[in-house]
Amino acid sequence: MEEKNKTIDRDNAVIQIRDLKKSFGDLHVLRGVDLDIFKGENLVVLGRSGTGKSVLIKIIAGLLKPDAGTVTVMGEDVANLKPKELDKLRLKIGFSFQNSALYDSMTVRENLEFPLVRNVRDLSRADIDSAVEEVLENVGLSQTINQMPSELSGGQRKRIGIARTLILKPEIMLYDEPTAGLDPITSIDINNLINEVQERNHTSSIIITHDLTCAKMTGDRVAMLLDGRFERQGTFDEVFSTDDERVKAFYDYNFIQ
Amino acid sequence: MSKTNTKPDDAEPEKPVITRRLDQVFLDLNDVAQFVARFFREVFVPPYEGKEIIRQCYAVGYKSLGLISLTGFITGIVFTNQSRPSLAEFGATSWLPSLIAIALVRALAPLVTALIASGKVGSNIGAELGSMRVTEQIDAMEVSASNPYKFLVVTRVLATTVTIPVLTMYTTFVGLMGAFVNVTMVEQTSFSSFIQAVFGAITYLDIFASVVKSFFFGFTIGMVGSYKGYNSSKGTEGVGKAANASVVTSMFLIFIEELLSLQIVNALRGG
Repeated sequence: MEEKNKTIDRDNAVIQIRDLKKSFGDLHVLRGVDLDIFKGENLVVLGRSGTGKSVLIKIIAGLLKPDAGTVTVMGEDVANLKPKELDKLRLKIGFSFQNSALYDSMTVRENLEFPLVRNVRDLSRADIDSAVEEVLENVGLSQTINQMPSELSGGQRKRIGIARTLILKPEIMLYDEPTAGLDPITSIDINNLINEVQERNHTSSIIITHDLTCAKMTGDRVAMLLDGRFERQGTFDEVFSTDDERVKAFYDYNFIQ
Repeated sequence: MSKTNTKPDDAEPEKPVITRRLDQVFLDLNDVAQFVARFFREVFVPPYEGKEIIRQCYAVGYKSLGLISLTGFITGIVFTNQSRPSLAEFGATSWLPSLIAIALVRALAPLVTALIASGKVGSNIGAELGSMRVTEQIDAMEVSASNPYKFLVVTRVLATTVTIPVLTMYTTFVGLMGAFVNVTMVEQTSFSSFIQAVFGAITYLDIFASVVKSFFFGFTIGMVGSYKGYNSSKGTEGVGKAANASVVTSMFLIFIEELLSLQIVNALRGG
């Protein structure tokens, strides 16, 4: 694994989550979550399927409302923002969806232009083209500019999804299962891309995954969601130095022991 | 914002089934009212999605043209042919053009167009938006501060509202042509006599009522399809349900609106 060379400002939490609770009917997913994400860090959230990892980042992005507790993003309480204020905050947040969520009736170019032309006024055609070309180059997919999403591979779709969020130059990136469904080599490419994005744009990121290779490659810190709470937080090695069977089972499956 | 069912921590006593169902009906009605009200809040506020509105008008109008032409033409022929024996009993087959013109303008053309469009266009909107919801494309628009409602719903509802009245006028014309073919083959009526009889029978109120109710039919088709698709539940089953409910609900509402418009137009006509 490459040695990471970056500055994390541990006095400056860009996201603060306090006593966050969320249930769906009788299913209590988040049961009092506390978490800080510091400026410039990649935080990996690990947990089994259905433990509320994706729910957590959807609450951060304002797609879901919490039942209780607060989520403060860059000083703003997300649940209490008016729609216009929420949109303003969302411009600082990039969200990479598990299945990429590319607009399948549009070409790659139109996908990338979509958030840009709707949020940045008075852009000339040349400005739009150069912004699109720049982000495509950053994800190494300049040749796909006129292709439809259905013509792309899973890894390419993931990269274009990330490029679409980068075009608005976000300060926070939220990755929902970035390597799910990808082969190991493509997964490593995506992990490297996540690190490149962090280094180039100085973003703070939350990476939701159950892929421990992804966690090890991208995470400065790992938080493990167990029974609706973050019971273990720390570096990768700190989190997995435990006798807790639930954590050990996770490690053993990923590294075949 | 996605809809979620939440349950408070302190459990309340269980309500009877009928009360819960009734609560749900009112909650659903509130959802529908808010969805429709949002259209009127957003439709006049810039930025306008002009390019997408034109694309949707093309999708609704031009792509339905073949089916509408065929249906309208056949309706004209069949209705003429089926009406002839009744009129012949009174020796009044010369009234056929007038009868058909009134039937087509007042009821047949708006209804046929709206029902065909709810099947073809409404189901398409429901399925398209439903699959966009399921594959998180709508969420992706929302998190990029790009107002999915404006781009997806306002454009489609505007397109159906504007296009269905135009299609209705077109169906009326095609239906009349079908009727003329039948009349000219059987009664050897000339085109000029046919047109003269048609325009002698219909009034401005008939044409106005036809256009206005098609306008409401179009709004209904776009709104119902968009509501069902936009609020589709997760999974492919949800997409199927959204498409199906779009057609069934909009057809039901179209008949209700037809009934209401009949009462209103009759009142305007003076009984």
